[in-house]
Amino acid sequence: MEILVCIKRVPTVGGKIAVTPDGQEVDTRASGFSISPHEECAVEEAVQITERDGGSVSVLTLGPEAAIEQLRGALALGAHRAVLLETDGREFGPIATATAIAAEVRTHPYDLVLLGNEAADTGDYQVGVRLAHELGWPVATGIKNLSVSSGGVVARREYRGVEEAYSLPLPAVVTVKEGINLPRYPSLPGRLRAKRAPVDRSSPAFAAEGLRKQALRVPESSHHQAEVLGEGVDAVPGLVRVLEEWGVLS
Amino acid sequence: MGGALVSGLCLIELDGAAPADASLRALTLARSIGDVSAVVFASAAPQEALASYGVTDVYLIEPGSLEGYAPQAWARTLAGLATETGATAVLAAGTDRGNEVLAHLGAITGLPMAANCTLVSPDGGQTHRLVRHRWAGLLLEDAVMEAPVAMFTVATDSVANVSAALPSGGTPPGPPVPSAIQVHVHKPELAEADLVVRAAESPAGAGGASLATARVVVGGGRGVGGPDGFAPLEELAGLLGGVVGVSRVVTSEGWRPHKQQVGQTGTKITPELYLACGISGAIQHIAGCAGAKHIIAINTDPGAPILAHADFAVIGDLHQVIPALIQALRAR
Repeated sequence: MEILVCIKRVPTVGGKIAVTPDGQEVDTRASGFSISPHEECAVEEAVQITERDGGSVSVLTLGPEAAIEQLRGALALGAHRAVLLETDGREFGPIATATAIAAEVRTHPYDLVLLGNEAADTGDYQVGVRLAHELGWPVATGIKNLSVSSGGVVARREYRGVEEAYSLPLPAVVTVKEGINLPRYPSLPGRLRAKRAPVDRSSPAFAAEGLRKQALRVPESSHHQAEVLGEGVDAVPGLVRVLEEWGVLS
Repeated sequence: MGGALVSGLCLIELDGAAPADASLRALTLARSIGDVSAVVFASAAPQEALASYGVTDVYLIEPGSLEGYAPQAWARTLAGLATETGATAVLAAGTDRGNEVLAHLGAITGLPMAANCTLVSPDGGQTHRLVRHRWAGLLLEDAVMEAPVAMFTVATDSVANVSAALPSGGTPPGPPVPSAIQVHVHKPELAEADLVVRAAESPAGAGGASLATARVVVGGGRGVGGPDGFAPLEELAGLLGGVVGVSRVVTSEGWRPHKQQVGQTGTKITPELYLACGISGAIQHIAGCAGAKHIIAINTDPGAPILAHADFAVIGDLHQVIPALIQALRAR
């Protein structure tokens, strides 16, 4: 099975999220970057499939040159080959992103393309679906369980307490959610191998889209500081009173 | 609001025979931008409920034409209806299905789709100004959409569910008249490829109270210390008629299953009370619990970010505070 996993470099936000003064980006001066969480699971899923059934895993990102850090992270987890679709720092929209990925998919006999259900930062919920349409392949999204059978995959997710199973012929696109597996930690040999691995590069053309970002901002609300009820077990009577007042205790 | 009002279509998801709460929130937003007709995939439409949200026309796609959930076929149906009715907007709730169907619709038409909007206003011609969620609502994006048909989903945790029968101020109008709603049975034109991917449904295995709808959630984070530390949290949750939720660290470490995760990549919760124990309050976690009515934090660190989102805090070790709280509740 030849699998392509698409990942995205996103800021690692800890306890706070802030926007740059020009309102265009997340302020990353105090944070690092990581692979969007759903996609970390997509890499793990692909590696598990090829460990079981053979084949190889390619990992792709569309982003600035610095995103090589995330490609190497995926290589360290067991991916075999890396592709950087290098941008000039501008934010590609979902249509341009899907078009650029489709061009790479056409150059290689992939059976399966895995993506995260949505990127942690932009939350567009559509790159996988647009990619599938561009390729004329079937697609399932939000998948929490994937099993490979001959010639196809069965992808499962939950909807309102009901399990939905989708049978897809290959080649196919599947977007996954965190929880589909528990990603491994990179091994030392994996990290060493990742450091030396070559990265294929190309530079897709930027195209403006009908949906254009004007500015980012932090929503107003909910930035009040908690009132401290007390320290340790001494605070318990006060805590019970609050719960009583709120009508939580029946 | 200037310019011509929008004529739109809103995909309605059902909860049993009634419109899902998320879809009613989408209709609430839809009402603010123009005249919106409902699209229902079922054998019958919940006419009265839809009428009370200001819907006058329903397009009904019966199981005879299209049975079960097939995302691309649903999108193809919306595309056909949009052409037929001259709709200038198509929207859905920002649910798994809503986002998926609208993504297909965007791909089919080659037009942009904006996921999880909190505000949309027509700005003349083919322009809409909108506000949408990024980072699961931790950031807002102000954006402009230029498209002959505006396609978007509604961030249902940020848009209230308000019936048209209950306007703010003024005399409430009488009860809605169900006969005022027109039902159009629609037969979509589908290609074979539209039906390749469709859901086979079976009851899900997971039992017990659902995290997403629980009235009380007792949250455990890194401070719980390990997989064996959750018994007091379970006991407390039981006493409060709630369930246990956990932070991403807890599921990444494999201490608890992922379905208990509260957060951007887990479940978004909306309880009356969220009791966050030993949880520092990473942004990714706040995205999942910000919908709680009340938040209390129990944490050893008075500088933990969770305190900036909580109503009250107890500074202390959860391993001492929770047993004492359990004892106090049992003594009542």
